[in-house]
Amino acid sequence: MGTSFYGYKRPDGKYGARNLVAVIPSVICATDVAQGIVHQVQGTVGYFHHQGCCQLPIDLKRVTDTLISLGKGPNVAGVLIVSLGCEGTDVERLQKEIADSGKPVEILRIQELGGTSRAIQAGIDLAQKLVLETSGLQREEADISNVIMSIKCGASDTTSGMASNCVIGYVADKLVDLGATVIFGETTEFLGGEHILARRAVGGEGGFVGRKIYEIVDRMEKRAKAIGEDMRGGQPTPGNIAGGLSSIEEKSLGAIVKSGHRPIQGVLEYPDFVTDQKGLWIKDAPGREPEILTGMAASGAQLMMFSTGRGAPQGFPSMPVIKICGNPNTYERMQHDMDLNAGRIITGEKTIEEVGEEAFALLLKVLNGQMTKNEAIHYFATMDIYCLGPVI
Amino acid sequence: MERKIALRVDDKDNVATVFANEVRDGDTLELRDKKGGCEDVTVTGDVPYGHKIAAQAIEKGEKIVKYGEVIGVATTDIRRGEYVHVHNLDALRGRGDL
Repeated sequence: MGTSFYGYKRPDGKYGARNLVAVIPSVICATDVAQGIVHQVQGTVGYFHHQGCCQLPIDLKRVTDTLISLGKGPNVAGVLIVSLGCEGTDVERLQKEIADSGKPVEILRIQELGGTSRAIQAGIDLAQKLVLETSGLQREEADISNVIMSIKCGASDTTSGMASNCVIGYVADKLVDLGATVIFGETTEFLGGEHILARRAVGGEGGFVGRKIYEIVDRMEKRAKAIGEDMRGGQPTPGNIAGGLSSIEEKSLGAIVKSGHRPIQGVLEYPDFVTDQKGLWIKDAPGREPEILTGMAASGAQLMMFSTGRGAPQGFPSMPVIKICGNPNTYERMQHDMDLNAGRIITGEKTIEEVGEEAFALLLKVLNGQMTKNEAIHYFATMDIYCLGPVI
Repeated sequence: MERKIALRVDDKDNVATVFANEVRDGDTLELRDKKGGCEDVTVTGDVPYGHKIAAQAIEKGEKIVKYGEVIGVATTDIRRGEYVHVHNLDALRGRGDL
């Protein structure tokens, strides 16, 4: 075996970097019960989203599909579904499709059990059982090709495009060359650079994947236009120009550079789990943290590499987030949130390749169990599900 | 003394981004590439932090390349070390302030 890591092998053959019991409320109204359970039972995390009722059918399906993908995630050892009883989410399908992956799944129904306090009590017992059942699992050596890394940038500044995003691009290329999977998103950031991404698609700009890249940008713009907003006009903004960005292409490229240089294999819809095809993928997700972190975890990513300049502190319940900070001053101020200082590139102390190798070494450590800074201080509640239509 | 750096992140780039404060016309910067290769460049124009200079001479009509991709086209001849921004670069895909 070449480069490898130690992970928790799941019945479907995937390898987790963490071994957690996920408590999944099927609807926002089950969240308080789920929180009560997670608060009490060690080894559990909760997906405390705000969806699942009074939404259009397309969004209810999206919520169900996303929760299924989260439950199937490799860092999740077992699942407790907390249902209210009258939600719009398809709870039976949620339970069945996660169980089909071979994991233990339990469910409790708040209305049937007689309310909040009884449901919390029953949930604590069920979650405890799941933790005892799964927590003894040992890590096994796995080839690096089993890694699924998601990437993102947020709270960006001038340093992001030139330092931290380039470091992530270096790691992304290295992982893809080793046979692993890398997923990037932030469809809103593609504006002005979609032609560059489409040219990198397998089959070229006019092929299936290239056309899909144009399609996801177009439909995102149309959603904004439907409520009277033009996202493309006015780019780059006067603030961007004052900051040194001369064109929309330059702005877009600063974000795209973190995806590296490898061909794009395909586009995943927001709730989609990865396919068996390795390499670089796009997930159609917006840039805002709660929604993209959820979408990336729902892809089956074991971890995320997150670039920032001004200092984004976010984490996710079941997916470690490694912060690569491009701004040396921000790193100094926020080093208890930032995992790696890529600001040494712009001060001339290190090259992109040197910091890229440090980031890759850190990635292996985190895969093997070393906590990221956000994990260690429990900053990991950043989640929500990206929906398309109005609430009713 | 703090280094004054202009960084190029792709070998194809003909512009570099300045990471130094208060760079004035005639100042000398370290022009660095991603492998740490380094040469001096003399700046033409006052260049704010995070803005670009030409890493080599660029002729009018020539494409301006950053991140290994085209970000616009030169509207005048640009000397090595000269400030590059919206005054001498035209976007090919629209610009927000026009």
